[in-house]
Amino acid sequence: MKFNGEKIAKYSLMLVAFSALASLLLIAVFILKEGVPFMFKMGLRDFLFSSNWNPQAGKFGIYPMIVASLYVTFGAMIIGAPLGVAGAIFLNEFVPKPVMRVIKPMIELLAGIPSVVFGFLGVMVLAPIIRSTMGGPGLSVLAAAVILGIMVLPTVISISTDAIAAVPNSYREGALALGATRWQSVHMVIIKAARSGIIASIILAMGRALGETMAVIMVAGNTVKIPHAVTDPVRTLTANIALEMANATGLAREALFATGVVLFVVIMILNAIALSAIKSRVHKK
Amino acid sequence: MWNKIQTICVVAGLGTLTLVAGCGKAREGITMAGSTAFLPFAEKLADQYMMTHPEVSITVQGGGSALGIQTTLSGTAQIGMADLVKLPSEADALKSVIVARDGIAIVVNPVNPLTALTMDQIRDIFNGKIRNWKDVGGTDHPIAVVSREAGSGTRSSFEQILGNVALTDNALIQNANGTVRETVAKDANAIGYVSHGLISERIKALAVDGSPCTEEAIMAGAYKLVRPIFLLSKAGARPACNAFLEYILSPDGQELVHKNGLIRAK
Repeated sequence: MKFNGEKIAKYSLMLVAFSALASLLLIAVFILKEGVPFMFKMGLRDFLFSSNWNPQAGKFGIYPMIVASLYVTFGAMIIGAPLGVAGAIFLNEFVPKPVMRVIKPMIELLAGIPSVVFGFLGVMVLAPIIRSTMGGPGLSVLAAAVILGIMVLPTVISISTDAIAAVPNSYREGALALGATRWQSVHMVIIKAARSGIIASIILAMGRALGETMAVIMVAGNTVKIPHAVTDPVRTLTANIALEMANATGLAREALFATGVVLFVVIMILNAIALSAIKSRVHKK
Repeated sequence: MWNKIQTICVVAGLGTLTLVAGCGKAREGITMAGSTAFLPFAEKLADQYMMTHPEVSITVQGGGSALGIQTTLSGTAQIGMADLVKLPSEADALKSVIVARDGIAIVVNPVNPLTALTMDQIRDIFNGKIRNWKDVGGTDHPIAVVSREAGSGTRSSFEQILGNVALTDNALIQNANGTVRETVAKDANAIGYVSHGLISERIKALAVDGSPCTEEAIMAGAYKLVRPIFLLSKAGARPACNAFLEYILSPDGQELVHKNGLIRAK
């Protein structure tokens, strides 16, 4: 019998690759199948724009959770994006290469810390500080935004450093030859050249922040109400699913799937924007 | 050569399969599912029982009271656990037995000077009508209400016993008895409710309508916030299943339940 390793390897790898694709497809089909009929049964307006969430009474308005998810995600970006981009610039342009080779893996290690650990730190350290200095229950939009801001740092830093490192050296040399200082060459030339990659890193980080669940459940307080201050507690879309899934049956279960559909759509849009940003960078080069 | 390897693989695979199947047959499997409040007790009971009855293998799963009823009805689980004040009508088809009772303690932070509340005050606090501790005889601080997620067995028991509760939309929501305790232990102005077995020195249980949340008061029927814990099974359950239920109700089983913080069935 002829041993045909090449072919076996090819087809088995193809099978594995398709199984990843198939699971994505299956998940999408399943969530849509369970969630979309519910959205039309309730009426899109009542589901998306009503503030009354009370599954026992048959009220399924997720508006406060959409608002909460957006607040928490943008809050995390306000904290995480400047820190991350500044960190990436510093690592690429102002730090000697050997130092960067030590620091960068350490930042990537941050991505490996389980989210429940971040949540635990938030509950034990951050929430009491917010409670004693700013009032409110401590578990709040602010606590969630700070924790998520730290959690997305590795995403922002590692994709931004790659984008900045990809800027050709001739740009730097050109700027310096024209008499620009190092800082001028960074903010006038390099950031502009790496812009699409930096934007992509921020959008991917937004996706991560939007989808994070465990840490948010622990620090956000989970109150179903539109927040009026950063110290108010909120419940995000992801937290809503995780909190109520254990006991949800019938309509309540369908409502959670519909919540998942909303999340799914938002994350798909974010990813599509990030992908096109990355593509336009590649195109330019 | 290649054929030989294949043959060896197939034989080895078949051998393993037979072994696994053999093991499955030797021990009788019982699956329990449902209430997360009773879950730790069920695990201890199952461990104890399997120690003396090696022929039985008991798997304990959570999922919540509603799931406990459903899985028992569908036959996925042989024993369902439910911690509801009143069983829903779909559980009528099942045989139910009360195996323990659990007090629901109203807890506040230890720095709170308050020691007692009435049922009406508790209802008004959780409804959001009373928003400041000074209105119930405490200090001038806003009340931070901590509750459980919709569908939680503890929450539905709590709301059913109190009656007419429409939880204030300012309430913080936590997803387990333990995290409610942590939140109350960390926040000087918080009030929450947890299973009586979880009271520790880091939180303070209040007396309700004049009777403290103690085992004696619960046994005597003076403390009102008490819920029964039901175990459910199908009418024609297997003998091994009934034997395990009998063990839980026996003095040994009840002692184990009691030692870990629940109240004996009777």
